[in-house]
This record gives sequence, structure tokens and C-alpha cells, in this order.
Amino acid sequence: MPEIRSPGDGANREPPRVGVYVCHCGTNIAGTVDVKAVTEYAAKLPGVVVSRDYKYMCSDPGQALIQQDISEHNVNRVVVASCSPLLHEPTFRRVLSRAGINSFFLQMVNIREHVSWVHLDKQAATEKTKDLVRAAVRRVSLHKPLQKRRVPINPNVLVVGGGIAGIHAALTLADAGKQVYLVEREPTIGGHMAKFDKTFPTLDCAACILTPKMTSVGSHPHITLWTYSEIVKVEGYVGNYKVQVKRKPRYIHEDLCIGCQECITACVYKEGKTPDQFNLGLSKRKPVYLPFPQAVPQKVVIDPETCIQFKSGKCKKTCVEACGERQAIDFTQTEKFEEIEVGTIILATGFKTFDASRHPYYGYGRYPNVYTSLEVERLINAAGPTGGEVVLRDGTRPKSVGIIHCVGSRDANTNRWCSKVCCMYSLKLAHLIKERTGAEVYNFYIDMRTPGKGYEEFYDRLLDEGVHFVRGRVAEVSDWAVHPSEEGKLVIRAEDTLAAFVRRIPVDMVVLSVGLEPQADVQEVRRLFNISCSTEGWFLERHPKLAPVSTFTEGVYIAGACQGPKDIPDSVAQAGAAAAEALALIDAQFVELEPYTAFISEEECSGCKSCIPLCPYQAISFVEDKKKAAINEVLCKGCGTCVAACPSGSIQQNFFEDDEIFEEIEGVLAYA
Amino acid sequence: MPEKPKVAFYWCASCGGCEEAVVDLAEAILDVVAAVDIVFWPVALDFKRKDVEAMPEGSILVSFVNGAIRTSEQADMAHLLRSKSKLLVALGSCSHLGGIPGLANLFDRESILNAVYLESPSTVNPEGSLPATHHKDDGHTVELPRFYNTVQALDQVVEVDYYVPGCPPTPRIFRTALQTLLGDELPAKGTVLAPDHALCDECPRKDTKPERLSFVEFKRPQQVLIDEQECLLAQGLLCMGPATRAGCEALCVRGNMPCSGCCGPTSRVKDQGAKILSSLASLVEGKEEAEIDRILSTIPDPAGTFYRYSLPASLLHRKKLDGCHCKNR
Repeated sequence: MPEIRSPGDGANREPPRVGVYVCHCGTNIAGTVDVKAVTEYAAKLPGVVVSRDYKYMCSDPGQALIQQDISEHNVNRVVVASCSPLLHEPTFRRVLSRAGINSFFLQMVNIREHVSWVHLDKQAATEKTKDLVRAAVRRVSLHKPLQKRRVPINPNVLVVGGGIAGIHAALTLADAGKQVYLVEREPTIGGHMAKFDKTFPTLDCAACILTPKMTSVGSHPHITLWTYSEIVKVEGYVGNYKVQVKRKPRYIHEDLCIGCQECITACVYKEGKTPDQFNLGLSKRKPVYLPFPQAVPQKVVIDPETCIQFKSGKCKKTCVEACGERQAIDFTQTEKFEEIEVGTIILATGFKTFDASRHPYYGYGRYPNVYTSLEVERLINAAGPTGGEVVLRDGTRPKSVGIIHCVGSRDANTNRWCSKVCCMYSLKLAHLIKERTGAEVYNFYIDMRTPGKGYEEFYDRLLDEGVHFVRGRVAEVSDWAVHPSEEGKLVIRAEDTLAAFVRRIPVDMVVLSVGLEPQADVQEVRRLFNISCSTEGWFLERHPKLAPVSTFTEGVYIAGACQGPKDIPDSVAQAGAAAAEALALIDAQFVELEPYTAFISEEECSGCKSCIPLCPYQAISFVEDKKKAAINEVLCKGCGTCVAACPSGSIQQNFFEDDEIFEEIEGVLAYA
Repeated sequence: MPEKPKVAFYWCASCGGCEEAVVDLAEAILDVVAAVDIVFWPVALDFKRKDVEAMPEGSILVSFVNGAIRTSEQADMAHLLRSKSKLLVALGSCSHLGGIPGLANLFDRESILNAVYLESPSTVNPEGSLPATHHKDDGHTVELPRFYNTVQALDQVVEVDYYVPGCPPTPRIFRTALQTLLGDELPAKGTVLAPDHALCDECPRKDTKPERLSFVEFKRPQQVLIDEQECLLAQGLLCMGPATRAGCEALCVRGNMPCSGCCGPTSRVKDQGAKILSSLASLVEGKEEAEIDRILSTIPDPAGTFYRYSLPASLLHRKKLDGCHCKNR
């Protein structure tokens, strides 16, 4: 790796000969800033040898202007006053490189986003531009030559989350021959999709399309699948992440268990006593269990909270007996930590559903026959607690069902966002409930949102099927009968905004179409991977339009509903996109890192250790024999935290040294 | 016998501690007296201003000026000594950075004079008279120095060649500085004549400072029984050592008291207070705003703690004055 700073730079440097280039950006800048006046002003600044304006500085002729001045006028420092450096800094750095001078002898002044696009007063905008140009001219004179670092990319990929997005991303990468680690916190992959019976709008069976992908993951030679596991530590940087994975004990040797489930049959509990999480508590499971029949991996789990052996140590251990020679059961198992090295990471950690009890006036948790939509998904599912029968708590079939949309969505009291999938899944549930029970089904909606291929057609179909639609937000669900027809029923009270009166509709069953929310531990996960969240808690993409699966941390991508509410097709599409981004990085084989790293002057450091706990990348260590701090340049990402915090000013940052920053500030403030 | 180099001492807004520091040289002062000719030292020798005025320009080798500049007379003397001296040296924190008198920059002239001459409980001033620059009595006009709105460090008034840090400079710092100034090779102009790293480097407790320091509370020395071995920051005491120039051999810490920052920042830092603040604030343990507020509220006087010696020389300089900022004086 080349040195970032050339030895002895700064000493005996040639005096700066600055070239200033002011871009019109068509009328984008020239419409608001008097570029001629700025150019003339810049020409008179100390150190400036040439000052030009041009219609499009980023165009080939514009670039040629700069290159020519470097060779003909010995320009050795360049200031380009144009758009944001995000857009064209790489362009102009290449110009400097081509002309044979260090590409970091460039300073860009953003006079488009920072001036012309935000000001109306032409004279004031021109004066501001002059101030900014003057600051850049003063700053660039102090720039030191720097070199970018090239680091290789580890081709292995970590995928976090084994829902449909994580599964799809993992398979795409593994099929491309990359080694993938898929880490899932639950004992099985499958995520929310595994709980569904049918998918909208095609009504194809969720399991039929999901389980083949799940088994492919389980058997893929390039996928290491770790379920019941969590990421606990992430270190390193793009291309070279070190990740620690905690593997929770399932008290079963995964390599020995063959998934025969004889232990479950043999368990001393004749019947399950613990609410089954996979069925959202609608059924009971035993202490030893398989989350659901098609679980991947097909390995049972023992829950130490309810297993008698763990609670009293005095169980007959009929499960061990049933397992026999396989000896897969191990009550002494403890959590294990695995260290892996990967180059890229895809986060597909999904969502959680809104807690319906936060809407007390809908009666969830109070009236037994008020269900959440996810619970009804399980009731409808042939592998669910009722074998696909939609029945009430007492086992009878409902004759009327009300589906309430937007529970925990589009609501100023809870979540303001639209959860995007609820209208469609509510329609799907309406169809399935009607099909299974013949009940009258009422949908209470605010707006029907069906943008998507075949979605509006599905809505039309439901209208034809005779499902009732009431436009209005439901005020309350109660068992308070005011009419004999309401006795023993749940009464849904809502204003029908199309008919302009308040309806009371008695039903046997209420389904709350709960919205999607960020996972509860999203902040911890965000910190772990050093990415950002929106205020709502969805992972933040680098750009909502142009970089929708990238994050602000290089090499970390996001896919699926962790980025925002999303249906299955969108999640899969994003997963594919994230996999493609990772593959593009892997195929490039190396990545160039900006040289904006911090460095410590060893003789100046007092060894006060203030910086050490602050580094988010663990790049600073204390060298015991010298009693000084040292920065590992490869790990440093140039965040500047230590630079700001070093109480003796002994840490500086390349390209952001104090003298450069102060010179820039003084330049701005030195009104002409 | 060749003429001995001429040396002058003068004091401006200071407590007199720096004069003591000269006397604290003990026997070594005899060497100084033997080596130099002290031509002006109001605290010890009976020379007058007119004697200095009579000296030729540049005839004094070194003038040591301690104290900040707070009145017009002090500014005049600084200019006078500057013109008569080859080297002008700021001696001690007040002259170097503004010092403790510089904390007056948190107020303005009016509120200071009111507090001292009108509002203080022990003041009896029924006519409400305040210091004035001119006073007529019996046909004579008496002139007094003007009291500035803002306290300044010496180099904010005249050009300064070197600085001797400390409140007061320790005998060792002063002796070393004298040797350097009387020697053949002078350091670069503007040098602070002390090591250019922070105090932790020479602190006897350095090894006990933990790598992962964090604060859940700041304690004041009178609130705790201070361990004599352990890093004071690790004990929750606000020690300015990490942001303060070394050279004093950690005298306060050896005396079981936290460093209060008198030697000022290293040459790389423009604002000592901002630096220690930025460092300590980064190490505050709390994540929630209320918890952070609680921890920070255990520092009762942040300005007086972080900027105790350096407010006039800092980027902050002073509390903003109402109205026009040219009212600086």
C-alpha cells in the first residue's frame, strides 16, 4: 500500500500557483451569480495566476482548459467553483492526475447547491461566491499531496436475516460462487413469509414458492447457515469486515439431529404447554420443538425456560432415550462465538408488526375474537393451529367478519407512514375468509391503495365477490349491544364517509390489519453496522432514488422491509439489487479508500488516552512501551472524532488539518 | 569588563505572584543578578517611568512583563518597554493568555465597576462615585488610567517574542527560560519556553489512567477523599492535564490536586477550553439528554474551569458586548 503522505511534504514546497475555474453550469449558476465578476475578482487574489469561467467546466473542453493551464502556466493548485464535490470531485481530480500533479491539490467550491440554487439576490449571491472562492484559494495553498489507498476485497458475504429478502440475496450470491454466511436470529429461516398461506394478488401458495428456496439455502454448498444466531460485533471496513457471531445454544447438536422429531413425541409433556411463537400463541408447543414442519434447518430446539431438565434437573429425559444412538441432545451446550471475515454485508433484518393493543379502542387483548391479521394468516394456513379452518376461539365458524385497515398506519397517534402492504393483504384475507367460511366480510378502509402489477384487478375481483367495503376509519370495536341483532357480537362503529353517516356493524370476528414497524432493536443493529436510520427507524439508504440499497457505510447494503414497508416482490427485487451491488464490489477485487485518515504525531502525543475509547472503528491503540497512542491507518475511516477530542492537538487529519480549516474560515471572513 | 545585558521586569494586571516567582529562584537569583543588570523592576527597585523613557531604543536585552492588559497605563507601559527592548517576554499566565483577570471578560466595564463600587455589601459610597479618567480638584486636574472593557493578553497589545507559561512560572521553567534567552541560540520567535506536549506525559500518575475512561459524574476536590496514586480524571476529578502544556512537573498533581491548566495549551491548540471540553464531553457516559445534562451539571462553573487562564487569548475572547463590537476598549 502506498504511503498516504509523502515524506517531508510541506517542506520546501514550490510557492502555490493557483488556477481558479468558475463554472456557469448553463444558467444553473450563471443565472444567479455574476460569474464574470467572480472570475475577475479571483484573478486578483494573492497566489492566483489564472482565473477563468466556462459554460460547463465538467465537459471535455472545460477539463482541457484546466489541464492546459497546468502545463502552460505551471498551475499547481486548482480551485473549481461549480457544483457539489459529490458530483464532480472525482472528475476534476482525474484532470489533475492526467496533468501530472497530485489530485489532492484541488479544492471545489459548491456555488450551485450552496449559492445559486438557494439564493435569489444576484448581487448578494455573487458576493457570497467571492467569499467562498477566496476561502478556497487560501485553503488550497496549504494542501499537501496525498495518495489514495487500495485495499483488496474479501469475496465472502454476510447476509443478516433469513426472511425472503435474505434468502434471495444469499442464494443469488451463492449461485455466483461466493461464500455466503446467512445468519438468522430465530431457529429457522423463512421470516414472515413462512407464516402466510397465500400471497397476493396471484393467490399462489406461500410455502410452495418459499420452501424450495429455503431448502436450497439449507443444502447450498456455498452457504453457511447459522440460525438461532446473532451478530454481536462488527469491526473493519469495506472489503475487510471481521464479524463475531453469537450462536445461541439450541441444546441439540445440529450435525447429529436428523429432524426425525421422535424426541418431540417422546417428551414427558404429553401436550404442549407453551404458547407457540410461530403460531403467534394460537397453539401450544412442547419444550422440545420444531418451529414449523418445513423449518430449515430441520433441527429441533429445546427451550430451557420450560424444559423440566433445565428447571429441576430431575426429568426422565425420554427425549434422550428416543434420540438413542444419535446422541443429538446435549443439555450442557453453551453459547458459542464464531469469528468470520467478509468483504460485504447485506442487512435484511425485516420488520415487526404493530402491537394492536396500542389501539385500546379496537379491543385487541380484551375481546377474544379480535385478531391481528398475522394471527388470521396462521388460522388460514393449512399447516397452522386449526389446519386451515377459520374459526373463533370457541371453535365455531364466524358468520360475519370485519377487517379494519390501517391499524398502526397513517395515524398521527402511532405511526404516520402507510405500511404499503396492508390494503393488499386485507383484500387477500377477505377473499380467503369468504372462501373458507362463506361469511359476510366487511373491509373498513381509509383509502384503498393498490398500486402494483395485478393489484387493482385483484381489488375489482373482490368487489365482484361481494365483499363489503366501508370507507372510514373505525372509531371503536365494542361488545355493547344497543339492538337485539348486536347481542353477543362485536360491534364495529365507523363513519361511512361515502354515505355520510355513522354505521354500527355487528360481526363475529374482527381482524386488525396491523401495520409494519421497524424491529425493536433497530438502534442497536444500526450502531453495530454503523449505518443510519430514518426518524421512524427504517434503515437509511444512501440515496432514495439512485442508491436505494446502499448505505453510508461502504460495503454494507440493505434489502427488504428493514429499509421500509415492502411487499414480497419489492423485497426480492431489492435483495437481488443488494446482491448485485455486493458482487460488483467483489468483482472489482479492490476498493480505493479516501486518504482522509487521522494521524498522531508521536513526539507530541502525551499519552493521555482520551482518544482511545472514542474511535468507532477501534483504530486507536495505546502502545505500552512508548506510552503513546497509535492509529491503525487501515482501520481509520477519517471520521475526525479523535482529532476534535485530542486535548493537546496532537492528532491531525489528512486534508482537514487545523491550519487548512482555519485558513478557510479566515478566508471566508476576510471581507474584501 | 563588557557591559552586562540589561533586563527589565514589569507588572500589569496581575497578583504579584510572578514577582514572587522571580524571588523564588532562591540562591539562583544571585547568579541572575551577577549575569545581568536589572534596569527596571518597580516591585523591588526604585526606578521610575521617566528613567525608562530616557533609555535608548532597544537598549534593554529582555523585558519580562507579567500581568494582563486591563488599563490604558498598562498598555502604555507595554508599548514603552517594547520600544526599549530587543526581546519582550510575556511572563506568566496573565501576560501569556490573559490569566485569571481575563475571566473579567465574562462581564463588561460597567457591570464590574457597579459591582465593586456600588453593589458590594461592604461598600459605602453614598454619592455613587465611580472611577473617572479625569478629576478636577482645587483647580488641578488629576488623570487616571482608563479601565478597559476587555482584558487582553500582552500579545494582543504589542508584539511579543517569547512566552514563559505558568501561574506563576515554576522556578525551573523560569530558570530554563532565562538560560535560553541569555544563551546564544534563540528559539523561533513566538515560542512558549516550555515543553510542547501535554502534562499527562510527565504526570507521575500516567500509568494509572485507564484506556477506557468515562464520566458518570464530575467531583470537586472537597467532595472526595482523593487517592494519592490514581489518575485524578479516573477518580472523576476535573484535571486539565490532558489539555495543558507540560513543564511544571505536575506540581499540583503531586500535591494531590488536579491541574487547573495554568500553562495553557500546546502550540497546536488555539483554544484550550474548547479542546478539553471537546475531549471530556466525548467521554461523558450518558446516552440520553437528561442523563448527559445531569453529568454536566456537576461542573458548576464551566467557563471558570475550562478557560480559567485563557479566556482573552481563546477563540471566544470575551462575552459578546451589546451593540457595536468596536466598543472593545
